[in-house]
Amino acid sequence: MSAADTPIDPLNPVMPDPSALPADSPEWRVKFPHVNYINAHYGIKSWLLTKDHKRIALLYLASVTVFFALGGAYAIAIRLELLTPPGDFVQAHTYNKLFTQHGIIMIFFFLIPSIPAVLGNFLVPLMIGAKDLAFPRINLLSWYIYIAGALFTIWALLNGGIDTGWTFYVPYSTSFSNTYVVVAGLGIFITGFSSILTGLNFIVTIHTMRAPGMTWFRLPLFIWSTYATSLIMVLGTPVIAITILLVALERLAHIGIFDPRLGGDPVLFQHMFWFYSHPAVYIMVLPSMGVVSEIVATFSRKNIFGYSFVAFSSLAIAIFGFLVWGHHMFTSSQSVYASMIFSFVSFAVAIPSAVKVFNWTATLYKGSISYDTPMLYALGFIGLFTMGGLTGLFLAALGMDVHLTDTYFIVAHFHYIMVGGALMGYMGGLHYWWPKITGRLYPEGWGRFSALVIFVGFNLTFFPLFLAGYMGMPRRYHAYAEEFQVLNVMSTAGASILGFGLLIPGIYFLWSMRYGKFAAPNPWPATGLEWRTLSPPPTENFASTPIVTWEAYEFRPIEEMEVIGPAPEQSSRPVPGLTTT
Amino acid sequence: MQIPLPKIDLPRLPFTPEQASTIAGHVDALYLYLILITLFFSILVVVLIFYFAVRYRRRTPDEIPPPVEGSLVLETVWTITPLLIAMTIFVWGASLYFALYRPPTDATEIFVVGKQWMWKFQHTEGLREINELHVPVGAKIKLTMTTEDVIHALAVPAFRIRADVVPGRYTYLWFEATKTGRFHLFCTEYCGTNHSGMNGWVVVQDPAEYQAWLSGGASESPAAQGEKLFQSLGCASCHKMDVQGRGPMLIGLYGKPQKLDNGQEVIADDAYIRESILDPQAKRVLGFGSVIAYIHSLAAPQGGGTANTAAPASGSTTTSGIAPDTQRSNPVGPTSPRTQRNTGGAMQPANANANTPRGTPPP
Repeated sequence: MSAADTPIDPLNPVMPDPSALPADSPEWRVKFPHVNYINAHYGIKSWLLTKDHKRIALLYLASVTVFFALGGAYAIAIRLELLTPPGDFVQAHTYNKLFTQHGIIMIFFFLIPSIPAVLGNFLVPLMIGAKDLAFPRINLLSWYIYIAGALFTIWALLNGGIDTGWTFYVPYSTSFSNTYVVVAGLGIFITGFSSILTGLNFIVTIHTMRAPGMTWFRLPLFIWSTYATSLIMVLGTPVIAITILLVALERLAHIGIFDPRLGGDPVLFQHMFWFYSHPAVYIMVLPSMGVVSEIVATFSRKNIFGYSFVAFSSLAIAIFGFLVWGHHMFTSSQSVYASMIFSFVSFAVAIPSAVKVFNWTATLYKGSISYDTPMLYALGFIGLFTMGGLTGLFLAALGMDVHLTDTYFIVAHFHYIMVGGALMGYMGGLHYWWPKITGRLYPEGWGRFSALVIFVGFNLTFFPLFLAGYMGMPRRYHAYAEEFQVLNVMSTAGASILGFGLLIPGIYFLWSMRYGKFAAPNPWPATGLEWRTLSPPPTENFASTPIVTWEAYEFRPIEEMEVIGPAPEQSSRPVPGLTTT
Repeated sequence: MQIPLPKIDLPRLPFTPEQASTIAGHVDALYLYLILITLFFSILVVVLIFYFAVRYRRRTPDEIPPPVEGSLVLETVWTITPLLIAMTIFVWGASLYFALYRPPTDATEIFVVGKQWMWKFQHTEGLREINELHVPVGAKIKLTMTTEDVIHALAVPAFRIRADVVPGRYTYLWFEATKTGRFHLFCTEYCGTNHSGMNGWVVVQDPAEYQAWLSGGASESPAAQGEKLFQSLGCASCHKMDVQGRGPMLIGLYGKPQKLDNGQEVIADDAYIRESILDPQAKRVLGFGSVIAYIHSLAAPQGGGTANTAAPASGSTTTSGIAPDTQRSNPVGPTSPRTQRNTGGAMQPANANANTPRGTPPP
């Protein structure tokens, strides 16, 4: 092929003599970029109408990042208010909107779509050796539904916001709040369909589109956890949709499902809400567990210890996760016997999580461990998730929960799970697959530095809140008693460190998209199929359907690995360390 | 059935609230047990991770360690061990829970009504308090609670107790205070704009001191206390001292005949005054029909004359009630406990429950 046939990077249109450059040197890659999913088409239309799972993943990436920044801004305002005991930074009504909107944005528009919709969309077809998801159009549709829901919610925020707490407890949300409950609820209702469609798409894809030889037990663990997550998304999300619908009907038409004055039951709402919202926690954290499994294997160059136990623990969590919703309601006046059963099952659901932690730790044994940024995030995840999980035992213990629920202990606990767990996993995954997604490397030194800053900032923000919680500080308080101030000052200080730490990757990721070093197909190196195509992958992922003859996480000398694709006419030069088929 | 708890004498741990109830030490003991478990497992995991990360760090860029097979024995051990430990926590936690939520039969009952954003307590002796609860030390107290509006939750960290207060039903808490002093009392279920203002104090007193408080306090004459109540409960805003207010003037009333709107006449004696305070509608003074009609009109749009509901409270709930979504939000209604205190109305738990249509949203 001649150099003229190769699509030219618009930034570097100069045509040098290819033979003068060493293969895969940055110059060579600039001058002779392969056709990949990013440069295959240009123009805004090519993005908005794309059916390529990788491009849709980037659409999601951009949108969840915007929401993460918005939710983060709310968090900053909350922590500033809590710096001093009196409510002096914003008014009580404003503060109530701040924590409500922080919760709604972070949970429904960042955490739930983050890993499944960004990394899941990008990776599921690549990891199983498929060209795309089973339903590419539905995949695009799910992004549009997500955006439609998001616009509704943003409209509610712009018009004055909502102050019910992200939990929408009745009868406050149905009969007392003067804010935009129905509009915000409608946003979440709509976004839920995006979740359902994404989950459905993943399930069908994983069942039907695995490459030849890619048996269930050769699947990367990320696929197992994405599969478990998808089950929850498909089975759980309709329940929150119904619940929101009932809240809206109750608010607008007073149908009397939840209102005791009309014969309804306010506690019924809590049962319905948590029936989804507890499993939703696993939608947030299961994919992170999958990411951590990938990272731990790659950076210790070991097969995951107890692969099948880790795989099945994901499914166990997904199933048990549906049976523990009542542990959010131990003080709600539900029957003490019901509470006992929910407490018992909650302890049971802790076990698969513990099994995962032990297996990851055991994987490190006799490995070859490097400390690249993704590994720092993964190890951070294990530590923080362990803390989050163990403090969950406090809350699952009935008599203990009575003292701790609705205090800052709860706030600290679920931030250890959602930030320390889900966000750490997401950040780790983003760093780990960044070379694959963009074809560029992020600056490793800055990556490690920011991972440490985030870890320190996170712990300083949320650890003091455990103590404040046990001392009795109630959550969702605009003004608080003097004795809690020291811990809150620590928390606010930590939050500023955490915020600063999170800005750093934001900057260098953007920077690296244009100025980062070019990434080899398999920079770490790792074992998954996604690393056997070029970085970034071509639109069709693989030149020919890969045939899998090896087990998951089978590390072999790099020379033995082969790269599948791109199509021969797109790359005439061999890639170092990999032989082209 | 009350599960007897062994006596626990645990010193107060750092960063814990005071232990001021019989159950507090038990909760702290379980807390300590959980902390030890947490420390054990997190230190185990962290030490192993650090040890492996250093011991097995990558020494050459191309080294590939041999794969390790899983171990069924290990998997079983680290599945069963945490399960057994978790079961001990479960049993301990559950037994505490039963102790916490099963009031003893010989407890003194106090009624609690939550409303946006205040706590009202009523002793069986008839005394009522707002945002403050006086109890004697060493006595078993049972709180029977309900709410006039949204869900609230009553928590006293020093007692390690908490329960949601749910509209349409009664919930119960009990405690036995072991220490005199003032302890925080919080609403811990988010209940709207001034949620963080819905707190107060539990005042635990020596039995003698409590009796004195109960009988009106030793330091003040009943008349002086009565005057305080008259001011603080807002009676004075209508029954004015110098000019004719919206209610009948009370100066010089006592012992005099009083003309009623049904044509009868009564002597304003103790019995009449008591009846008029408890049931203002029973005997209505001539010339105040318009006020009464006004009070009736407040109840009318809500589909039933619950006339025993105090008018100011009813009105405020309506204004702070639902507005259509399209309506610009506006945190109307009472915003501070002080305002609430001045307009506080009837506070029988039974009333609060029966007074059904309050705050019903407009169609």
